[in-house]
Amino acid sequence: MTSAPGDREVAVVAFAQTVHRRTSDELSEVEMLMPVLHEVLDHTGMKTADIDFTCSGSSDYLAGRAFSFTLALDGVGAWPPISESHVEMDGAWALYEAWTKLLTGDADTALVYAYGKSSPGSVRDVLTRQLDPYYVAPLWPDSVALAALQAQALIDAGDTDEPALAAVAARDREAASANPHAQLKGPVAQGEYLVRPLRTGDCPPIGDGAAAVILAADDRARDLCARPAWIRGIDHRIEAHGLGVRDLTDSASTRLAAERAGAFERPVDTAELHAPFTPQEIVLRKALRLDDSVVVNPSGGALAANPIMAAGLLRIGEAAARIHRGESDRALAHATSGPCLQQNLVAVLEGEPR
Amino acid sequence: MPEVLKAPLVVEFPFTRSLGPVQSAFLTGLRERVVLGVRTGDGRTLVPPVEYDPDTAEEIRDLVEVAPTGTVTTWAWNHAPRRGQPLTTPFAWALVRLDGADTALLHALDAPGPHAVHTGMRVRIRWAAERTGAITDIACFEPYDGDRTEPAGHTGEFADPVTGIVAAARLDYTYSPGRAQTAYINALSGRRTVGERCPACRKVYVPPRGACPTCGVATSEQVEVGPRGTVTTFCIVNIKAKNLDIEVPYVYAHIALDGADLALHGRIGGIPYDEVRMGLRVEPVWTDGARYPDHYRPTGEPDADYDTYKELL
Ligand SMILES: [Zn+2]
Repeated sequence: MTSAPGDREVAVVAFAQTVHRRTSDELSEVEMLMPVLHEVLDHTGMKTADIDFTCSGSSDYLAGRAFSFTLALDGVGAWPPISESHVEMDGAWALYEAWTKLLTGDADTALVYAYGKSSPGSVRDVLTRQLDPYYVAPLWPDSVALAALQAQALIDAGDTDEPALAAVAARDREAASANPHAQLKGPVAQGEYLVRPLRTGDCPPIGDGAAAVILAADDRARDLCARPAWIRGIDHRIEAHGLGVRDLTDSASTRLAAERAGAFERPVDTAELHAPFTPQEIVLRKALRLDDSVVVNPSGGALAANPIMAAGLLRIGEAAARIHRGESDRALAHATSGPCLQQNLVAVLEGEPR
Repeated sequence: MPEVLKAPLVVEFPFTRSLGPVQSAFLTGLRERVVLGVRTGDGRTLVPPVEYDPDTAEEIRDLVEVAPTGTVTTWAWNHAPRRGQPLTTPFAWALVRLDGADTALLHALDAPGPHAVHTGMRVRIRWAAERTGAITDIACFEPYDGDRTEPAGHTGEFADPVTGIVAAARLDYTYSPGRAQTAYINALSGRRTVGERCPACRKVYVPPRGACPTCGVATSEQVEVGPRGTVTTFCIVNIKAKNLDIEVPYVYAHIALDGADLALHGRIGGIPYDEVRMGLRVEPVWTDGARYPDHYRPTGEPDADYDTYKELL
């Protein structure tokens, strides 16, 4: 939905992230997360006690550790009790919850964070556990295999070919050269097929990382940030869970979410797309009607760093940070979850005229 | 800094799931080599079938048989099969639209190589030799050049329907407890208990997790605590746990080790269960080769004053 006239205005006022790495086994989850929480608070000069609402996104399946989000709360300073919520989803969905909380007037500020430690397990196997448990999960189709089915569908439809997919990977990782937090940057060999037609270069790095943003409403946002990234709309939509029911060459849910978030009302200058696999960027560009005038994934996107559960929140954070820095006036941020772009969230962010 | 500890961790779970009428008919059908779809209000046939129309959310139950032959709608060549996948030799993942269906089913396609697979190719089901009423009753698909086989028009009624499945899962991890808990565990191997002090509020956390939950800051200053402590609260356990060789009833307690600002858990022994009390002074009892105290027993000291531990309850 979009914020209507008379509604409170809510902005992203601060953003921080880890340097994303292949492993971080010297750190527990809270040890990995805590510096990011401190950094994002430092950007605003706020303390934990100044935050009205805290919301996080993570999944215990990644690290194989039960109730990890409750342990991570130690890093927030959750005692005495705070107003807190958690989604077993990417942190972008936690941000959506926090945004609605601020719109209701229940809170003026919110801390949203997300983290994922993928290094302890095998992500390709772990992600099979989110699939339909009756018809699909017993076959253990891994995340790369499902993305490869989508890639072949696009190739058959004439929407792309292997060189075009390689070009997506090269462009994102070239952009990531300027991103000190990215895990994979610069020229990366396309490599061998993992599951044909996808090569290693078409797939995201596996890594550990965390991200955090602070939201604030109205004048509080202006106090905390010189150029707030106002959230003009957010919407999220889901496809039918059966892969064989969907048109894998399109993303109707992304288009609908973008429409409801107001993305098509005026052109955007920047788009941060959560596309862990190269074919997904092709699908999203089409669904979001992005032409060459739009700067896509200046951070390098998920092909450069894909800390699962944080990578979608990173897209919103990166888009907001460009507005903070004056590099963008109207940006689109997209987050996904599930196989082959099953669930999609679109946020539209704007800076005030300079 | 010493190396962090690491150990293999296996998470296994056999989820038992019940089936609704549509899923039950479909999976029972597979057991009997019959493939069933479900018809939506607008006349499409969904295979695999679902209980609610993906477009209208209307409940749907109109079962129709479809053919065991079909057409590949998209595919991907998997040259390195992973544990649990349908075939151990290289195969194609394929979405297959069975003849008579309007949607595609995901499964494996057995073919000699990627050159032998293309979108639009004709395939048929290869049934598993032993079938139980699960998606794996389809062993895989195989290339098929023959004629279309017409379904027999099964109604979806079975004498002995499958009503549930057991979805077994296993995930393998290399677990690392991180820096703070590594230090704690390493100290335990020398029969010492080490906590960490918060630089802000000065509280000592045992076991340490690397952060102070009150201040939200990192802890790093190590502090040896105990070995003696005080029972702050307890419960009497009357149910014998599986694989645990402890006679019931026994007492499980929160124990505030001397110098710690957080109570840890432990079993109390060496005293009748009904004589354990708040304030009881205890010490750890180690057994040979153990990685943590087997239990805590009374020290014989006078009980601690309530005021000395009331903040730790
Ligand atoms: Zn403290």
